[in-house]
Amino acid sequence: MNKAVITVIGKDTVGIIAKVSNLLFENNINILDISQTIMQDLFTMIMLVDIKDVQVGDLQEKLDVISKEMNLSIRVQNEEIFNSMHRI
Amino acid sequence: MLNPFEILETINMIDKENLDIRTITMGISLKNCADPDIDKVCEKVYKKITTYAGNLVKVGCDIEKQFGIPIINKRISVTPVATLVDVLEEKTIDNCVKLAKTLDRAAKDVGVNFIGGFSALVHKDFTDGEAALIRSIPRALAETDIVCSSVNVGSTKAGINMDAVAAMGRIIKQAAELTKDNGGFACAKLVVFCNAVEDNPFMAGAFHGEGEGECVINVGVSGPGVVKCALEKVKGEPFGVVADTIKKTAFKITRMGQLVAQEASKRLGVPFGIVDLSLAPTPAVGDSVAYILEEMGLEKCGTHGTTAALALLNDAVKKGGVMASSYVGGLSGAFIPVSEDAGMISAAQCGALTLEKLEAMTCVCSVGLDMIAVPGDTSAETISAIIADEAAIGMVNTKTTAVRIIPGPGTKVGDTVEFGGLLGSGPVMPVKEYASTDFINRGGRIPAPLQALKN
Repeated sequence: MNKAVITVIGKDTVGIIAKVSNLLFENNINILDISQTIMQDLFTMIMLVDIKDVQVGDLQEKLDVISKEMNLSIRVQNEEIFNSMHRI
Repeated sequence: MLNPFEILETINMIDKENLDIRTITMGISLKNCADPDIDKVCEKVYKKITTYAGNLVKVGCDIEKQFGIPIINKRISVTPVATLVDVLEEKTIDNCVKLAKTLDRAAKDVGVNFIGGFSALVHKDFTDGEAALIRSIPRALAETDIVCSSVNVGSTKAGINMDAVAAMGRIIKQAAELTKDNGGFACAKLVVFCNAVEDNPFMAGAFHGEGEGECVINVGVSGPGVVKCALEKVKGEPFGVVADTIKKTAFKITRMGQLVAQEASKRLGVPFGIVDLSLAPTPAVGDSVAYILEEMGLEKCGTHGTTAALALLNDAVKKGGVMASSYVGGLSGAFIPVSEDAGMISAAQCGALTLEKLEAMTCVCSVGLDMIAVPGDTSAETISAIIADEAAIGMVNTKTTAVRIIPGPGTKVGDTVEFGGLLGSGPVMPVKEYASTDFINRGGRIPAPLQALKN
């Protein structure tokens, strides 16, 4: 399994989850966990996904399209980074 | 499972606070390229570099893609080239320049942005090859684009080779003269060291030291912006809290460096050397070491208190970083290159930051007088004397110090010299107008200090 974390931050609007999860579906990416909250008035969604053979950089490029279209900040990052930074 | 705050903290560091891996540097030994025939040496050097580093840039970009972390530079360091010159039958300046051009071509062909190691270690004395290489530095740097050069003129164990110090003053002036159309740009690629380290991944001072193996991967992390943002959250708190905050941040930054270093080493099939825990600023807004010092409560970097603030920062970075990586090395500390740091530039422009204060700061941070533009009419002897002062600080304090100084021909105090890219732009800073000529002309060697006699 090749896990990555997708974060979506921005103004809440209709269809954010639909758009992102649809893109993941099209790329055969399985969503393992999802959490959503409002932080400092901003919609904040964090998804843990299994990106299998897809490169983080390639997925980022695809997400950038949605990011521009809906005026959101979307980042995808390999899970290992968070583990190495925050866990000893 | 990770909690959302940890995730968002990391995302913020990369997105907004300029966290990046500053450099992946491949060290390559050129020892087996030695040959009395210059053409054969050049051929062997070119072949070795392009074979070993052929994949370096691609692997760097792949890791960037896989992890989603920016890796700004991919670089190469090689065995000090003077070692090769020593074996040459004809140790001429032309032959040295030919070697520099070979390095330049090889580095460009593999796509790295700098290659370091056009170097000589002469802290005690010169060999014939080293003397020839040093004489060739101005031309070598003027006639190549991405070759970096360094000369080690002193060490705690050997003292200071004042003949080399005197020579470097003249070499820096010549290098500036040969590149006068670019503000003396060649000098930005030339570092004069005391106690040079063998595994430094940062340019312009990187070379692959005598004690190193065949090939190695060293990684330099950065992140002044991240430290500054972390300190914004502890405004007004006592220094214990400040130090703790820096340590925690340095730990996280270094862990990322360690991850990338291991991955690069695995993919390239090259041993992992060290992670260099340095706070290396860039001219980008928010990526400044000076702003960290100002965040601690100084109105402007360079004012009274700056040395103490820098000492705390430098120490806390190391303490936080050492546990995060299996091997820590290189220069590891805070860099204070004036032209590459928006806060330093601004402090120098308004007069808060002077050469004297910078010299004091180099006693407590990882390097020395770095990327400093001085007036074009500064004499070679004055530059040598500046080098001697820095070398003395390094020698006595058993630390690395360096001088990278640019006397752009025709520039005056108050001018700004543009270097472009990561090298930034530097305000021309005043030097003392009183001569040090007779001092420098003595020549010889300053004996090793008592600190050297530890056995």
